[in-house]
Amino acid sequence: MDSAIRVEQLKKCFGSVTALDGVDFAVPRGTVLGLLGPNGAGKTTAVRILTTILKRDGGVAEVLGIDVGADPQGVRERIGLAGQYAAVDENLTGSENLWLIGKLSHLEPKTIRPRAVELLERFELDRAAERPVRTYSGGMRRRLDLAAALVHRPEVLFLDEPTTGLDPQGRTGLWRVIEELVREGTTVLLTTQYLEEADYLADNIVVIDHGHVIAEGTAAQLKARLGATIVEVGFADVAAAQRGRNVLGGLGPSDVDGDGHTVELKANDGARIAIDVVRALDREGLEPASLVLREPTLDDVFLTLTGHAAEESTSDEEQDESGGRRRTRGAA
Amino acid sequence: MTATVISPAAVERPKRSAFAWAVADTKTIAWRNLVTLRRLPQLLVFATIQPVIFVLMFRYVFGGAIHIQHGSYVNYLMPGVFAQTVAFGAIQTGIGLAEDLHKGLIERFRSLPMARSAVLSGRTLADLTRNVFVMVLMIAIGYLVGFRVQTNVFGLLGGMAVMLFFGFSLTWIFAIIGLSTTNAESAQAASFPILAPLVFASSAFVVVGTMPGWLQGFAKYQPLSIAIDASRSLMLGGIYSDTGKVFASIAWSIGIIAVFAPLAIRRYRKAA
Repeated sequence: MDSAIRVEQLKKCFGSVTALDGVDFAVPRGTVLGLLGPNGAGKTTAVRILTTILKRDGGVAEVLGIDVGADPQGVRERIGLAGQYAAVDENLTGSENLWLIGKLSHLEPKTIRPRAVELLERFELDRAAERPVRTYSGGMRRRLDLAAALVHRPEVLFLDEPTTGLDPQGRTGLWRVIEELVREGTTVLLTTQYLEEADYLADNIVVIDHGHVIAEGTAAQLKARLGATIVEVGFADVAAAQRGRNVLGGLGPSDVDGDGHTVELKANDGARIAIDVVRALDREGLEPASLVLREPTLDDVFLTLTGHAAEESTSDEEQDESGGRRRTRGAA
Repeated sequence: MTATVISPAAVERPKRSAFAWAVADTKTIAWRNLVTLRRLPQLLVFATIQPVIFVLMFRYVFGGAIHIQHGSYVNYLMPGVFAQTVAFGAIQTGIGLAEDLHKGLIERFRSLPMARSAVLSGRTLADLTRNVFVMVLMIAIGYLVGFRVQTNVFGLLGGMAVMLFFGFSLTWIFAIIGLSTTNAESAQAASFPILAPLVFASSAFVVVGTMPGWLQGFAKYQPLSIAIDASRSLMLGGIYSDTGKVFASIAWSIGIIAVFAPLAIRRYRKAA
């Protein structure tokens, strides 16, 4: 299968800050690539280069076989971009916004109107179509933003943190729309900070950190690398937790968590581990205060792959990627 | 929910030259900015509040203390107020661009196959259109407080045209400021220190001859004074007649555009 997007040894620096340091990935046509990483990892920079907004410093960047530097116009005619912000004009109505983007995409005027009507209906904005966007909710703005990215029927769609800042309902609504787009043949490159989102939407996931690709694969493959299940056993005090760790250490890679009261255990055999944990604790006469089985989160992926949590560590790497939501989990 | 609604497909694009597209895109962006003006007519009113206050203040408060050798002070004053109006109006260009940048609209525009120059030319043309309305309003207000054109309707229109062209040239300077800041507030804050000396150290409100010698050199030859003198020449004639100033003002405006429009477009390419 040929690639809709091909990136090889992509490099970009902002002054002394290296945003992308030799990134490689490819997105086969009709699939979704999830570009996963914390703020400042270089996700947005990669999207900006591929959408011809930024110039790269080195490497290959091709969209539909077109070099983004050699023929940016050719690329622009065939891609759609929905960014971190709902980039719509507040003072125009929903349909005027789509008209504006259609005109600026150089479509035939007679094709823009029916296309706008279609999209507004599809995104359940038809009743708000003639209202200024100023009156829209956050979710409605995002949907209009996505509709605007689709006016010219792009073959490749770039979604830069499309659901950041949305409520859960808005998020799942947007996910369904994206799924449908892909079913109909659109290739999607999606950046996100949420493993859950990449898990749900992406055929393939590329994890980047500090401008490097640190892992690649399907969601299942990535999770398998860290253990499919994480068991968190809470104890009443630090001493009990230490004993617990000694007991449970034999069952898999384990660690005592930040507060010193919780032992975290990674396992590959799913819920089966719970039985072993309970048996081992019972044998030693240790009583856990809590017992939680959960799937790995993005933080777990990062802790395992990089040794640091998925929160941004320094502010200077944020330079080109502000506005993202911060993750707040204590570093290990 | 039919399968054809959002699916990708080849779209037809009319074939046109790059220049024709630039003109079409400029019209589209200008339309977009003018819709905002139509939808929020209070912007037009706000644009006239400050100059109206100046008219009232200089006409009725300071005016009595300012002595003009020939003709009435209100006739002398109004071309100065017109200049002040277009000059402060030009800040709006920068504010508008800074807002578009802040909200991510510029980023989207840059991912579209539209002409790179259109975001700026569309914005400055929309602001020129807005200035036409503001100028007509200001002339009406001038008439209410006693301003009378001393030449004829061509003088009036010519004086307006010189002033509007000068205002248009200034919008390119403020476009650069708007694209260099990240929000409306800082665009506004950065613009005022540039405008204040242009507007106040000028022939707008008082005769330059009353200023200290060191200031006269600047006040006499700076472009805002020239534009004011040019429109006085056209609107008032008589003692103010000076065709050379009219040409000088047009030359200034062309020069400002020739320097700052390419700089603004370059700035736009790099912004965001």
